[in-house]
Amino acid sequence: MPRFPLPLLLAFACATALPAQAQAIRFGGQGKLLLTGGVSSIDGAAGGGLTPWAITGSYATQGELGATAHLTRATTQDYALTAYGFALGWNDQLELSLAQQAFDAGAAVPGATLRQTIAGLKLKLMGDAVLDSDTWRPQLALGAEFKHVNPGAAVGSVLDAVQAKRSGVDLYASATKLLLAQGLLLNGTLRATRANQNGLLGFGSSEHRGYRLEPEVSVAWLLRKNIALGVEYRAKPDNLAFAGAAFREDAWKDVFIAWAPCKRASLTLAWVDLGNIVGHPHQSGAYLSLQLAM
Amino acid sequence: MPRLPALVVSLLIACASQQATAGDALYQALGARPGLVTLMDDFMTRLLADPRTAPFFKEANQQHIKAQLVDQICELAGGPCRFKGPDMKKVHAGIDIDKAAFNALVEVLQRSMEAQGIAFSTQNQLLARLAPMHREIVNVP
Repeated sequence: MPRFPLPLLLAFACATALPAQAQAIRFGGQGKLLLTGGVSSIDGAAGGGLTPWAITGSYATQGELGATAHLTRATTQDYALTAYGFALGWNDQLELSLAQQAFDAGAAVPGATLRQTIAGLKLKLMGDAVLDSDTWRPQLALGAEFKHVNPGAAVGSVLDAVQAKRSGVDLYASATKLLLAQGLLLNGTLRATRANQNGLLGFGSSEHRGYRLEPEVSVAWLLRKNIALGVEYRAKPDNLAFAGAAFREDAWKDVFIAWAPCKRASLTLAWVDLGNIVGHPHQSGAYLSLQLAM
Repeated sequence: MPRLPALVVSLLIACASQQATAGDALYQALGARPGLVTLMDDFMTRLLADPRTAPFFKEANQQHIKAQLVDQICELAGGPCRFKGPDMKKVHAGIDIDKAAFNALVEVLQRSMEAQGIAFSTQNQLLARLAPMHREIVNVP
């Protein structure tokens, strides 16, 4: 594993230097097909529930500007997460997102709530995940998530003790392909990250300061035009395990069903398996997310 | 962790082998020629009723377009037809068509297929053969 994803960073910098096309843009565009803007991931980027996809958020297609807002709640045996945020999609090419997470960590530290703010940027490089159905070439995108966590005083002192930083940047590359004839959507994301529990427990540690490349996979099957059923897997670093078995970190998994009754709204229901979270193993539970689009 | 990638690979293989069973199965699933004629009649009615697509078709020779579409889809679906129509790029060159308009037409076609009782999986197989035409038809970036 490289300590810092320099090639990825360079590719991202070069791609963002592409000249923008100057043209009239329609706001509130709904030119994409149903569900092809994905849902809102917990980090705010468009994709599945736990992982971003290469698609650009909102229903805005070329020549359009669109927006989404989401509210997500996940509860496990001992913890709960509330997340909300907004995203803009421009020209089916550029996505900007902002998300706020509040993680109720009372089971580990009484009264503690971990608050994380995530600003996201995603740029489509090439391909059309939906319409290029005669080729195996996926839609490709690069993204960045700028994260800052406010852990509160008690958890903050623990993070200081293991030298976990309060801010971090995840960089990722995603490839998304809809096998249209089969109604099957595949996504693979490779994320360079230092985040502990997605950033809720800071970034890196005294023992693991470097970036790690972690794979994330989603498979979704379109049952109907407006319903998708899928599974996701998201590998994560394990930077805090040296501090004891309680801090061991597992991959995240989920099984989800997303329903879009119309282009203005979608609802995603999932069962998530978040593994060990600070002394509470086998955390799993329900996940519900509402997305509104305009 | 390696279990899920293995699942993805096996799904891909399953899908790839499914696509190989081409023949005229899709053409038959669409109701052969009578089914396509009915479908295109319904499709044109809906295209003219939808404000997003109506401007592209209201001044056109609708009977001619319907007949051409029947031949074209018949051939694409593996039926016993030969589409002798014009080049897709040339025939759309005089009209500004952006991706939103192209997708609007796809949505209208989905509604027509639903109305004809065509199974969702059949719909997707047809759309998969039509969708790549966006490269010839969409001419406004």
